[in-house]
Amino acid sequence: MSKEKLVIESLSLTYSKGAPLALKEVALGIEENSLMAFIGPSGCGKSTFLRCLNRMNDFVRGVEITGRVLLDGRDIYAPDVDVTQLRRRVGMVFQRPNPFPFSIRENVAYGPKLLGERDKGRLGEIVERSLRNSGLWEEVKDRLNAQASSLSGGQQQRLCIARAIAVEPEVLLMDEPTSALDPMATARIEELARELKKYYTVVIVTHNMQQAARVSDHTAFFLMGELVEHGPTTKIFTTPRDKRTEDYITGRFG
Amino acid sequence: MKDTDHETRGEALLSALDNSGDACPIRPNYAVFRKFADWLATFLLCSSMIFVTVVLCAILFFLAAKGGGALSWEFVTEPPRNGMTEGGIITPIVGTLQLIFVSMCFAFPVGVVTAVYFNEYARGGTLKKSLRLAMRSLASIPSVVLGLFGLAFFCTFLRFGTSLLSAGLTLGCMVLPTIVTASETALANVPQDYRDAAYALGATEWQTIYGVVLPSAFPGIITGGILSVGRVAGETAPIMFTGAVFFAPGFARGVFDSVMALPYHVYVLATAGTNIEKTTPLQYGTILVLLAVVLGISMVGMAARSRLRKDVL
Repeated sequence: MSKEKLVIESLSLTYSKGAPLALKEVALGIEENSLMAFIGPSGCGKSTFLRCLNRMNDFVRGVEITGRVLLDGRDIYAPDVDVTQLRRRVGMVFQRPNPFPFSIRENVAYGPKLLGERDKGRLGEIVERSLRNSGLWEEVKDRLNAQASSLSGGQQQRLCIARAIAVEPEVLLMDEPTSALDPMATARIEELARELKKYYTVVIVTHNMQQAARVSDHTAFFLMGELVEHGPTTKIFTTPRDKRTEDYITGRFG
Repeated sequence: MKDTDHETRGEALLSALDNSGDACPIRPNYAVFRKFADWLATFLLCSSMIFVTVVLCAILFFLAAKGGGALSWEFVTEPPRNGMTEGGIITPIVGTLQLIFVSMCFAFPVGVVTAVYFNEYARGGTLKKSLRLAMRSLASIPSVVLGLFGLAFFCTFLRFGTSLLSAGLTLGCMVLPTIVTASETALANVPQDYRDAAYALGATEWQTIYGVVLPSAFPGIITGGILSVGRVAGETAPIMFTGAVFFAPGFARGVFDSVMALPYHVYVLATAGTNIEKTTPLQYGTILVLLAVVLGISMVGMAARSRLRKDVL
């Protein structure tokens, strides 16, 4: 068993005091350089959980989180943690492609610039490497100064991936990255996700079970804020232990 | 049991589809009414547009007819002579440009920063609400009241005297609400997605605002600036006590000199002239020049905006 990059210990979340828990005592380990998929019906808490892993829920007013999230053994909710530093280590790709209204080059260079990189030559190298690793380089190398909005939806999403990996994170969180894309673009993103796990620990939220089965090493099934079952993807999809998991993956509900 | 339920529901659905034609028949009278309402809406919209266009053209035609004769190269390059009955209006043209510059140097940064505070930092508390109310109220203060305020505060209390600085600051106060409101709207329209993306890359709140939110909102912010320039160039009341003068022998050389300004010059020519026959054409000519100045600055602003849009969007 390889090293666990992220360990989540009895994580609970509520959106306001007294409201029902959106996440109930979730405990999970995520292996380094593996690809884990979170599946479950809408509103089951899988995206909420994902956003706990880089503290994007901090912006939601009234949110209360208990439990621990250990990144390399250190609790990311500890008071002395620099959140911006954490988010650099744990990158994120969103459901809708959200490139900045800048040029392709500026989009990718934004993260490294935040970290203080000013050298044009090195920025150029980072841009090229990130775009190559997100499989977009060949398509855009001649028009790096074009607006990001001139790209297709699938290209924009790969640009967002390039932007996220330009700061060389250790973990890459993807929140339903293909739900706004057509099947061809989806296939490319899935291929890319499989490629990326060689360098990063990848977590992908999806409502598409076939996608989870196709790309992931491990799968976690969420239902009503609860982590019902998790384990190797082949096992979850062939011999689930929990009746609810079986019902979900066989399409009884969801 | 379950299956029969399904079948009954399915049949009910199918029969609903079958009957849909009869279930919602369009009554003949109603069809006529719908067509009439459609025609009426089109008519009202078109006639409003034509009315506005006609009024605008009438004003322009009237001004051109009355003042067109006064326009000449000398008119826009020479200072006034002989008690304003001869010569040109270069002094008030430059004065108005100086007033625009001073007021924008003050109001634009202050307005944008205020909007950023309202939109990004202030939480929805009483303080924010009362500040915003104060800002909105400022917009409805009559400009002559602002002029008196400028006289009391900038000229007397801060000892700036009747000067370009006092008048520019007074005008700046006048257009602050316009700039703040336009900037706030522009900032609020920046999608949350952009902010999320920046935060997810490890940007701080300020880095997000400075590097992503403000550049995305800038075209809208410039719109507020364009509107403000028009008002600053055209208002008379705020400057007549604070910095604009009847006649100045030359251009203002510093912010503490008083200036001539186009709108005040029009006022002077219209009310205080000693030789009405000679000054009336000059007065309309001055108005035409004032319009041209405002139009020119607006066009520069719009060009800048469309360039930014191209860069940004």
